[in-house]
Amino acid sequence: MAEQAQATVTGPRPIVPWLKLAPKPHLEGIKCACGAIYLDPNRVACSKCGEAGKFSPISLSDKGKVYVFSVVHQSFPGIKTPYVTAIVDLPEGISVRANLIDVDFDQAQKEPNKVFNLPVELVTSVAAKDREGHDVVAFSYRPSKN
Amino acid sequence: MRNVYVLGTGMLKFGRYPEKTVPELGGQAAMLALKDAGITIKDVEMFACGNLYQSNAMVGQRILHQIGQTGIPVINVSNACATGSTAFREAYMSIAAGMYDIAMAVGVEQMGKQGLLGGTGGGDPAYSTEGKVGSGLMPAVFGQAGVEHMRKYGTKFEHFAKISVKSHKHATKNPFSQYRNEVTLEDVMNARMVGYPNTLYMCCPTGDGAAAAILVSEDKLKQLAGGRKRAKVAASVLTSDPWTDRDLTLPDVSTLTRRASKLAYEKAGLGPKDIALTELHDCFATAELVHYENLGLCGDGEAGAFIDSGGGVHPDLGGKAPVNVSGGLLSKGHPLGATGVANICEVVWHLTQDDRAKERLVPNAKAGQAHVIGLGSACTIHILTV
Ligand SMILES: [Zn+2]
Repeated sequence: MAEQAQATVTGPRPIVPWLKLAPKPHLEGIKCACGAIYLDPNRVACSKCGEAGKFSPISLSDKGKVYVFSVVHQSFPGIKTPYVTAIVDLPEGISVRANLIDVDFDQAQKEPNKVFNLPVELVTSVAAKDREGHDVVAFSYRPSKN
Repeated sequence: MRNVYVLGTGMLKFGRYPEKTVPELGGQAAMLALKDAGITIKDVEMFACGNLYQSNAMVGQRILHQIGQTGIPVINVSNACATGSTAFREAYMSIAAGMYDIAMAVGVEQMGKQGLLGGTGGGDPAYSTEGKVGSGLMPAVFGQAGVEHMRKYGTKFEHFAKISVKSHKHATKNPFSQYRNEVTLEDVMNARMVGYPNTLYMCCPTGDGAAAAILVSEDKLKQLAGGRKRAKVAASVLTSDPWTDRDLTLPDVSTLTRRASKLAYEKAGLGPKDIALTELHDCFATAELVHYENLGLCGDGEAGAFIDSGGGVHPDLGGKAPVNVSGGLLSKGHPLGATGVANICEVVWHLTQDDRAKERLVPNAKAGQAHVIGLGSACTIHILTV
């Protein structure tokens, strides 16, 4: 039975620890008493105020606005280009880096103004399979549907 | 603190030296600087060596194994792209503090054909976020720094492209430059896009190179200069990235530069108007544009207008407030550890009317500055005066 239980642990895994897949995909960070928010929960102290141990978990909105972007045309072998990379500001006061999908890269380069402040929402997709056979799930942002 | 002067400089043409080793390149630059200073390695009391790719391999000592093992203290410095300038600063501080009277700084790098993208981490590649959760590579980081300026001030793609045209034109006068070809605005704008808005000509090349400087106290200057004009280190500033809202997501190259610039001008007792030439860290054309404002060469939001009115261009070409008359990282090249010492050499050569800059001398230069950013982040600014 134990062997069976182990064999069934093949569910998808998030590409970064701050992406939570349940109950629905969202980002989770930690917030210091001073107001600074971090995605990675593994930190010694707050780099804004220097205090340790004043963190509490914070669930982050799945909606945000594009701050800036670039279009990556050259990358490591195996990474499909071009793609749009963006810095997305979330309402909680933290910025997140991710791919921006469903935005035409050529159009974005011609009219960057139309991308600034674009309302976007978080979406997830399987980005790879790891050495143990788990689906690895990544997140990106796309223009908000509502 | 005591006054510190640059008694000698040496530099190899940036380019590719596959047949040489890192200690050989560094050693050659050191020998040139010693000769220029009119001293030998036996006179040097302290040596700071900047190198990135072999930072765990005692490059400074291996240089002395090439040019003279005198038993002096050697420190090996690694500080991203600010490696060479941080080594220079270590040598400066050792004299300013009164510990030594003659110190040597060498910056050296052999990058071969390794791209500007940098390395990948270990672990299961399935969990590598690059390209799956945005890009953290240099072209994306500096592309976004330019896009941020577009967002704030309406700066156009063409403004960034003009910087590359200017740098290439400057480089035609610099025999130490890796590339010396001119490019037109059309060439730059129509070139292959690397990371929007930077096209191929708006990204610095990789290469090999070395540069060296001999620093001395005022007493030693009087003994050794022999009437030759020598530049004073009027300010040597190093900052790291202070907390800003997005810095951990999108490295903020501006705030630490502004802080360093303010400190450097204060220390030197000068302002941007007093600076005859600036060598700044144009790893990408977008970086140069934002640093015009960060260094106070123009007001906030005015970089586009600054470029359109000849700002940053050599006076011989009808410009003002010249920036990167060496050709900059975009044309001269960017062998990481060598860059920070090389751009100090460039400034010194203009201040002392050195033959090595005779085709591109900025007239009547009494003060100049050299700025470097190492991403992660470190910023150095050196102001030199005569
Ligand atoms: Zn805090």
